[in-house]
Amino acid sequence: MARMAGRRTLFAAPVLLAVTFGVFAIADLSPFDPVKAYAGTAGLTASQADLDQLRLNLAVDRPLVTRWWDWLTSALTGDLGTSSVMRRPVADVIAERVGWSALLAACAFAVAVLVGTVFGVLAARRPGGPLDRIVSGLAYTLEAAPAFWLGLLAIWFFSVRLGALPSGGLTDAGSDTIGFGQVASHLVLPTLVLGLSQLPWFFLYVRQGVADALAEDPVRGARARGLAERTVLLGHGLRSGMLPMLTLIGSRVPELITGALLVETVFSWPGIAAATVQAATSVDFPLLAALTVLATAAVLAGNLLSDLLYGLADPRVGFDG
Amino acid sequence: MTARTARGVAGATLAAALITGVTACSAPAAGGSGADAVVVGIATEPETLSPLLGYGKDGNSKIFDGLLTHDADMRLKPALAEALPEVSADGRTYTYGLRKGVTFSDGEPFSAKDVVFTYRTILDAGTNNASKTELDAIESVMARGEATVVFTLKYPYAPFAERTVLPIAPEHIAGKQDVNSGDFTTRPVGTGPYTLAGWSKGEKISFRANPGYWGGEPAVKRFTMAVVKDDDVRATRLRSGELDGAILPPNLARGFAEDPARSTYAAKTFDYRNVTLPTHHPVTGDVAVRRALDIAVDRGAMVDKLLEGAGRPAHGPVPTGSPWFAAGTERRHDLDAAKRILDEAGWKPGEDGIRVKDGVRASFPLWYTSGDKIRQDHALAFASDAKKAGVEVRTEAGTWEVIEPRMRTEAVLAGGGSPADPDFDQYQLLTSSLGGDGFNNMARYDEPAVDAALAEGRRSGDPAARKAAYDTVQRELVKNPGYVFLTHIDHVYVVGDKWEGLTTQVEPHDHGLGSGPWWNVETWKPKQK
Repeated sequence: MARMAGRRTLFAAPVLLAVTFGVFAIADLSPFDPVKAYAGTAGLTASQADLDQLRLNLAVDRPLVTRWWDWLTSALTGDLGTSSVMRRPVADVIAERVGWSALLAACAFAVAVLVGTVFGVLAARRPGGPLDRIVSGLAYTLEAAPAFWLGLLAIWFFSVRLGALPSGGLTDAGSDTIGFGQVASHLVLPTLVLGLSQLPWFFLYVRQGVADALAEDPVRGARARGLAERTVLLGHGLRSGMLPMLTLIGSRVPELITGALLVETVFSWPGIAAATVQAATSVDFPLLAALTVLATAAVLAGNLLSDLLYGLADPRVGFDG
Repeated sequence: MTARTARGVAGATLAAALITGVTACSAPAAGGSGADAVVVGIATEPETLSPLLGYGKDGNSKIFDGLLTHDADMRLKPALAEALPEVSADGRTYTYGLRKGVTFSDGEPFSAKDVVFTYRTILDAGTNNASKTELDAIESVMARGEATVVFTLKYPYAPFAERTVLPIAPEHIAGKQDVNSGDFTTRPVGTGPYTLAGWSKGEKISFRANPGYWGGEPAVKRFTMAVVKDDDVRATRLRSGELDGAILPPNLARGFAEDPARSTYAAKTFDYRNVTLPTHHPVTGDVAVRRALDIAVDRGAMVDKLLEGAGRPAHGPVPTGSPWFAAGTERRHDLDAAKRILDEAGWKPGEDGIRVKDGVRASFPLWYTSGDKIRQDHALAFASDAKKAGVEVRTEAGTWEVIEPRMRTEAVLAGGGSPADPDFDQYQLLTSSLGGDGFNNMARYDEPAVDAALAEGRRSGDPAARKAAYDTVQRELVKNPGYVFLTHIDHVYVVGDKWEGLTTQVEPHDHGLGSGPWWNVETWKPKQK
């Protein structure tokens, strides 16, 4: 197990290296001009001479490889550079935001996994039964519903109609301090929406896995031996039914990041996802590269996690795979 | 779960939903703020709050003051300066006496060296301030003692005083860090009516009343700008009571028209949309085609249908309501006259209805920035009006990166407008020597009479001579339009009725943070009940 984790970590280094170079190369090819992005509307009235000076100051005309190498070497010494779009050091930008994104993603993930598993198991007990039909129908609908739309719907219902929950931001717009209660209440809607948008995958996988397991001989045998339904369901059905879902957990990480992007936008959540888009459209190399490293690391860690969980859940699967 | 329990659960859920629904209808909307707080929703946030990088350059920066500022009618009045500047007879020296006893919100005194520091830093080549072109006229800025600042200009520049609404940064803080990325860019300190309490990028900017403000402590103690990019979400949060006010597109603002607790403010603007007519294109370069297009467009219909009435027809860069407007330059929508002009110039209708002259088809592309619905609508309406006169306009969408290399010969649906002085906008838009300089004079307009009038307008210190000069510019634009001006767009805001003293200023094209009914939030008073 430790060996597998170690080997994967070693393997991650060249992957990350390649990914950062890829980011620089793709951004270099993109039609966006960093100088125009930096200048914004002011650029529309600036003289050519001032725009040229800005281009020089931002040092965006150096060759691709030079820029990448400079970024990489200074990043390795701990200096992530300055974000041109945020006008701040990259490290500050990330430090300020990544926590809020992680909090939102973790809560949403927990909601999706827990609720998905519970309903998946319940539905699998009687495939085709009323509960299964209702929940499966909802799951397919949710799968098709864009997170953005779900967000607007949630705001309309919980904030406008019920007035029960705040519709955006990290704290009340009028409040200057970040307190636990404030953040918790503001976290509910984004978490629900992001969690709900992820939920169908977990539900459908668990439902299928558990239903398949319940139809297998060992389970029928267990039932025949008169074991309690609960034991059969949790001990046999859930255990083998969980396996495909564990793989899913890792592979849903990238989806969670892109989903978070829309949800963060709808709810004005000050996370990292919105910064990623800004960095990309502004060709903000240092910020974009750092964020891509983070996202890649998250995906690699997600995959590792799902493999480890898989190995733990099913002793037949080794850690050397 | 059996079928029966499932039904039971469904029933209970339904009942719960009904009950919460009923209570919701009777519950009052949750207030987003206390009695002395105001929360407004804005669509875009600045990249930086440092004036050295361009924040607040048009005034109203809340955290900062400029030497001068504008009143509700956009007239200049002193702020950090004691009085309006003394201008030398040759129009090249501007002297400002400074207000005494002003301190920055950290307690340090404000003095002439801060003014000099601010202007010199902005003009420094190493400072990444994209708006520094606006200060091109400055040759030098110097302090004379603690309380006097003298600007020397490269050429006589009548509207220069308008540029000195630019906020002043404290040298003792901003001078000690990297101007492009230092802490000051996000945690500024100024002399203004508010101090920054927090800025969570992408979420909100919150301000606190500055108790030591030289103009008196504001009654609105906490002022927050919530960043809500999506128009629908902003309207929803306004309705839910989390926002006290917001900028909205006209169609969403109409939903609040009947609301007794909220008022709608339509700010008049200089914000125009126009079509560039590139001189270097065989069709749009022909004066007959330009004149024909200029009267073939139905500006009134655009205001009614595209802007839902929130705007006015634009007959030039200056809106009709402005004192700078040249009376008599209004163009009536006259399709027949447009056809006549084209006929007389030799543009004869071809087989497909599109006119042809000397083998050249009356057809040209028109670019608009993708994703900008208002520009797209204007472009399509312009194309449809032109078609009726026998001119084919092929609309295409792209980013500025795609459009820029084509601007020399292809038309662009552009926007602009600056109310402070006609020079700011028109000089860059129409001067022939600026043709193709960055995004200035996109159409490469070249008309000696206009060049002369623009030069007169910026050099002459005499208001009557300036008015005559800009009248000339507008009349020449009728004879030879370099652009077809379509509409001036109102900016629409909806604000709750809890405060007194709400007005709007005439606004520029650019939505600065200082625009909107909250341009003077520091002077709002609670409404007496």
